[in-house]
Amino acid sequence: MTDYKMHLLICGGTGCKASESDEIKKRLNQLIHDLGLADEVQVVLTGCFGFCEKGPIVKVLPDNTFYVQVTPNDVVEIVEEHIVKGRLVKRLLYTDPTNDEQISDSKGMDFYKKQIRIALKNCGFINPENIDEYIARDGYQALGKCLSERTPEEVIKEVKDSGLRGRGGGGFPTGLKWEITKNVENDQKYVVCNADEGDPGAFMDRSILEGDPHSVLEAMAICGYCIGADKGLVYIRAEYPLAIQRLKIAIKQAEEYGLIGDDILGTGFNFHIELRYGAGAFVCGEETALIHSMEGLRGEPTFKPPFPSVSGYMGKPTNVNNVETFANIPVILNKGAEWFSKIGTEKSKGTKVFALAGKINNVGLIEVPMGTTLREVIYDIGGGIKDGKEFKAVQTGGPSGGCLTKDFLDLPIDYDNLLASGSMMGSGGMIVMDENDCMVSIAKFYLDFTLEESCGKCTPCRVGNKRLYELLDKITQGKGEEQDIEKLKELSVVIKDTALCGLGQTSPNPVLSTIKNFEDEYKAHVLDGKCPAGQCKSLLRYDIVEDLCTGCTLCFRNCPVGAISGERRQPHYIDQTLCIKCGVCYEKCKFNAITLT
Amino acid sequence: MTKIKTLADLRKMKEEAQSKIKLRENSANPDQVVQVKVGMATCGIASGAKETMKYFVEELEQEAIDAVVTQTGCMGYCYAEPTVEVKLPGKEPLVYGHVNKEKVHEIIDKYIKRGELVDGIIPVSFRTIDD
Repeated sequence: MTDYKMHLLICGGTGCKASESDEIKKRLNQLIHDLGLADEVQVVLTGCFGFCEKGPIVKVLPDNTFYVQVTPNDVVEIVEEHIVKGRLVKRLLYTDPTNDEQISDSKGMDFYKKQIRIALKNCGFINPENIDEYIARDGYQALGKCLSERTPEEVIKEVKDSGLRGRGGGGFPTGLKWEITKNVENDQKYVVCNADEGDPGAFMDRSILEGDPHSVLEAMAICGYCIGADKGLVYIRAEYPLAIQRLKIAIKQAEEYGLIGDDILGTGFNFHIELRYGAGAFVCGEETALIHSMEGLRGEPTFKPPFPSVSGYMGKPTNVNNVETFANIPVILNKGAEWFSKIGTEKSKGTKVFALAGKINNVGLIEVPMGTTLREVIYDIGGGIKDGKEFKAVQTGGPSGGCLTKDFLDLPIDYDNLLASGSMMGSGGMIVMDENDCMVSIAKFYLDFTLEESCGKCTPCRVGNKRLYELLDKITQGKGEEQDIEKLKELSVVIKDTALCGLGQTSPNPVLSTIKNFEDEYKAHVLDGKCPAGQCKSLLRYDIVEDLCTGCTLCFRNCPVGAISGERRQPHYIDQTLCIKCGVCYEKCKFNAITLT
Repeated sequence: MTKIKTLADLRKMKEEAQSKIKLRENSANPDQVVQVKVGMATCGIASGAKETMKYFVEELEQEAIDAVVTQTGCMGYCYAEPTVEVKLPGKEPLVYGHVNKEKVHEIIDKYIKRGELVDGIIPVSFRTIDD
């Protein structure tokens, strides 16, 4: 076994590579070799640290020294000072922007405090199919303690004091919901877990169920104890086969241990959990539609009140919470409401899991305290925009949310701030867009989704959204007129005000927020017949520059519709009436003789 | 499996489970017991985590390395799937990204057998509730 005394980790993420981390590695290796230290020091390339703003990063183990913005010219100093003489290269250390202090040990860096895993605490840590591993990590302790030592009132108070709000999107205080359901008198009540995660690009709930299913089961039983229910139902979409399989295994193991079932831990409390499968309709994430779907009826929402807490599943009081909300409960009860309420902002406590997707380097799951800014999420954790492109917008809240521009990058993320900015928390999908994304097309994409998913029960949603879609389609086809933008706004407001359920009331949000933040782009489509992002095919025009065309016939041979003509060695010509704007000629041309406008 | 009947039983059980995991870490041959966790959520499996796990089991067996290979959920680094956490006894666990068949060989050959780090480490960037 080679016994390296020291390791130098160099970031090999896209951002750091662009600023010569490969060259740094090469020079380090060379120098270490020249000094005869190759048996003692190893240089390793790592994945992205996420801290691309300060890249390239070099981290030294075992002392955890974290050097930032290292250039190939700094290599000699790092080796001679740090490795040979054991002295820190102070000028390359990270400086804490809040107090100007230099930090050498990366564990003390603010950057490491940006993520804290509560709902994801066991995800990627335990084997989800082995209940013993969950128990070793305090699993079912909260349930045991509640049943044996605390009254439902005390537990509800703790959840209320923690400030936990629903993570499914609405942000309703969880403790209050439990209290309301508890206070409704009835011989039968239900606990329902909403695992119908439907936002395009969101996968937080699936990951929790796949990685830590017991945390959700434990929390459901605790909720049952608090509100007086002996039955729990998980409504999960059938498209999540792995999550379903892991849930089934978890329920079976918990039943075998007697942690779910009759007379749990000898306390006389009974709680059974069953699964209900959804067919993947987006509207079934809405709680009344979800309940109807579980009852075997059409997945259509009904008017509230009555709220499910009064009359829900089978007409009985039903408490519906989202997966991530439940996953927070055992930790809150183990660590205490006070601990939890210290994390986050004044009105939004704790953390939120986000699924980062789109044009971002580190696509994945993150969990940050409420109040973290969008900039920190996108640049410090997400590693910035792919291919070094310009950030344009971030879409939060899925089809019900909105697009936020770079003006909002320093906005602290919480329920109220996002709502005030014209978007919403939603379930936690975050889709990042760059300069090549056309905002009209994005709005059209979401409308297309809502159209498909609309249940058709109320007219504003069924017909209104269709008309919105047609207007957007017309604009992307280059046939838009100036008054169409006004029409879009007016119709959006009417739909918001009159639709029956959350789906319809929020479906125009992507349209309104893109018009508000990117009106110029809409105008460019309508007035100038141009798509600034170059996405709307009908508005593109490919032309051959005569002077640059060599007449090689490559474009002519590749054009799928025969729109290009011309003699060999003579400039070619594109017939605009035949061109389908596929872009093949543009890609094939070796002489950059084709322009795109 | 026997049922857990009281909270005291559950607490005892937690201690047992914890010491079982500890035992795994401080076993009689600390140089040889290696723990490998493969991220097996949908994202991991879609990128080939099942094959990765199979290679690990087969290769470690062939090399007669005393190791425990388990599955776990999504570590959050979906851009670098399949992801694998390797913990050598007495050392901090390390996460490797993009672990395909070749990478499995490299990790076993260099890291597990010789203690050399392998390119492609994913730096940990979050705190846990116990920090």
